[in-house]
Amino acid sequence: MKHKTFFWFFLPTALAMLLFIALPLTSVVSQSFHAPHEEVLLVSEICDPFGCATESTIDHQATEQLKKDKPLGQWVGFEIYTDRNHLAFKEVAEFWQTRSSFTGFISSLNNLQFYRAMGFTLTYVIVVTPLVILFGLIIALAVNSLHRHLKGLMVFFSLLPMIVTPLVGSLILFWMIDARGIVGSGLQEIFSDPNLSLKASTGLTWVTLIVYGVWHSAPFAFIVFYAGLQTVPKETLESAMIDGATRFQQVIHVVVPHLSPLVAFVALIQLMDNFRVFEPIVGFSASAHATSLSWIIWNDIGQEIRLFSSAATTSVLTIIGVVILLLPVLIRTWREFNPEK
Amino acid sequence: MTSNQIKRPLGLQLLIYGFVLLWLIVAAFPFFWTMWGSFKVELDFFSKGDWKHAISGVRTQAVYGESFTGAGYEGAWIQEEFWRAFSNTAIVCFFTVLTSLTIATLGGYALSRSGFRYSFWLLIIALVFRALPPITLVSGYLPPFYAWNVWGLLPTTIIVLVAINQPFTLWMLHSFFQTIPKELDESAKVDGCTQFQAFRHVIIPVMWPGVITAGLFSFLLAYNDFAVTAVLLNQDNQTMVPKIASFMGTTQTEGNVMFAVAAVVSSIIPLFLLVLFFQRQLVSGLTAGAVKG
Repeated sequence: MKHKTFFWFFLPTALAMLLFIALPLTSVVSQSFHAPHEEVLLVSEICDPFGCATESTIDHQATEQLKKDKPLGQWVGFEIYTDRNHLAFKEVAEFWQTRSSFTGFISSLNNLQFYRAMGFTLTYVIVVTPLVILFGLIIALAVNSLHRHLKGLMVFFSLLPMIVTPLVGSLILFWMIDARGIVGSGLQEIFSDPNLSLKASTGLTWVTLIVYGVWHSAPFAFIVFYAGLQTVPKETLESAMIDGATRFQQVIHVVVPHLSPLVAFVALIQLMDNFRVFEPIVGFSASAHATSLSWIIWNDIGQEIRLFSSAATTSVLTIIGVVILLLPVLIRTWREFNPEK
Repeated sequence: MTSNQIKRPLGLQLLIYGFVLLWLIVAAFPFFWTMWGSFKVELDFFSKGDWKHAISGVRTQAVYGESFTGAGYEGAWIQEEFWRAFSNTAIVCFFTVLTSLTIATLGGYALSRSGFRYSFWLLIIALVFRALPPITLVSGYLPPFYAWNVWGLLPTTIIVLVAINQPFTLWMLHSFFQTIPKELDESAKVDGCTQFQAFRHVIIPVMWPGVITAGLFSFLLAYNDFAVTAVLLNQDNQTMVPKIASFMGTTQTEGNVMFAVAAVVSSIIPLFLLVLFFQRQLVSGLTAGAVKG
């Protein structure tokens, strides 16, 4: 294909991505270095028979003019990045100096919103991703051994938790685990504790969100592994059987190595998707106990006075996190493309 | 393993069936439970005393004389105007899918037929864009949209959703077009077609399986989106998902949880039908990226 033809074919999609992804991205970065203007104050001295006093009033005209001249706001450099609501260098340094123990230092970090969100986001990613892969593999192995007609039925029902809107899926589970819902009251019955509530404590909220995450994503891993199982070489399995391998050994030494590229694929997609965890926190109304980076951005934008600079700064930090997660993949793709280097 | 000719021991067989049954319940039961419960009154749906009330609908009977009631649906669709959200979702999804597919088909085709170095870089950039959480872009959209006075409108949101969909759709269609042999359009070009004519007469007739699969996924992305639609649409133009989220705030306090339950069930039905009719395409789409690595 000639360069010119390629250009015309690719132009519409390139324009869409340039205007509505690349451009907003640069605007987010520039927002993160600017703070809103402060109001211009007029200081005047008013003297009356009892003495003189200075009085400051807002100069609306000058404020408007300033906002018009510099719509981005005032340049503050990295000030927003290091403030209390983001990386909070000053507070972290203070905590470090006054720490009594390392765990004490970690728990005092929990008072800073960025680190609290980071803590949940990373825990969620680290716990949910391997569990999704494990459950997906087990479900795939189990379903694959069923009768042909049952398989189709299982695939149909397994797709549901994944296809359904995350917010809607989490709401459905949220109602069920309510103290008056079937799962919530069932758990109270089992542990014979009438005050047991999954929403009340931080630990249980985290567990709920993680269970939701696995429920939502295991079907994806299942479908991918299930497709992979259809291509497991029969000869290798048979020769393993002749060599006296047990069922378990066959799975470990033949099936799992065959699926390993798929495991890498599922892990990559899951890392990207779990890092942006957001809807379940809204659906489970869990923000008092668990927040994520995406949730902080949402919260800043949703304020009555939209905190664009703060949201933009968190956005940039989130994007840096995504790039770090993706780095191994990018390096691998680069190496594959340039094998001689 | 089905390929094993040796019969499985009974214990293993039972374990497998038990596990499959358990997963079936975990995956499907919440949906059926909520669908059933959406026809009850709140005190039955949340029945603390006896969970069997949620099935039989004792209190629903006491209020309405029957064990089923459409009161939740009536409240949500008519009183809270959920139909508006439903039609907004339909509009947004239709135009998002149409536009996404049109421009991504052209782009994906071009990428698959161009062996130049820049096409590799374009794919990598698309991969990075795919990894960005959409919410990180939202604060970049708002100030210009306010300034141009286009905030809150459906077309604005459609364009944004199309753009956010592009990286994913592009990747999918790129890998699909690579499975169509290059010789097809090459020979058309030898016969004197331009590249576009070759695309028009040779590729378009055979591309529908891939395009339908990509369309399903861009439909799901548009239908399920919360972060973008919740921030970019005004009250009248809200789609279903942000509308449901706003129910959470208002109805919970007014004791109209059943409105939200009915709305949630209403928004699941289209997805249910989608899986029913397009199961094969969904599965092939999920595995398409994986098989090629």
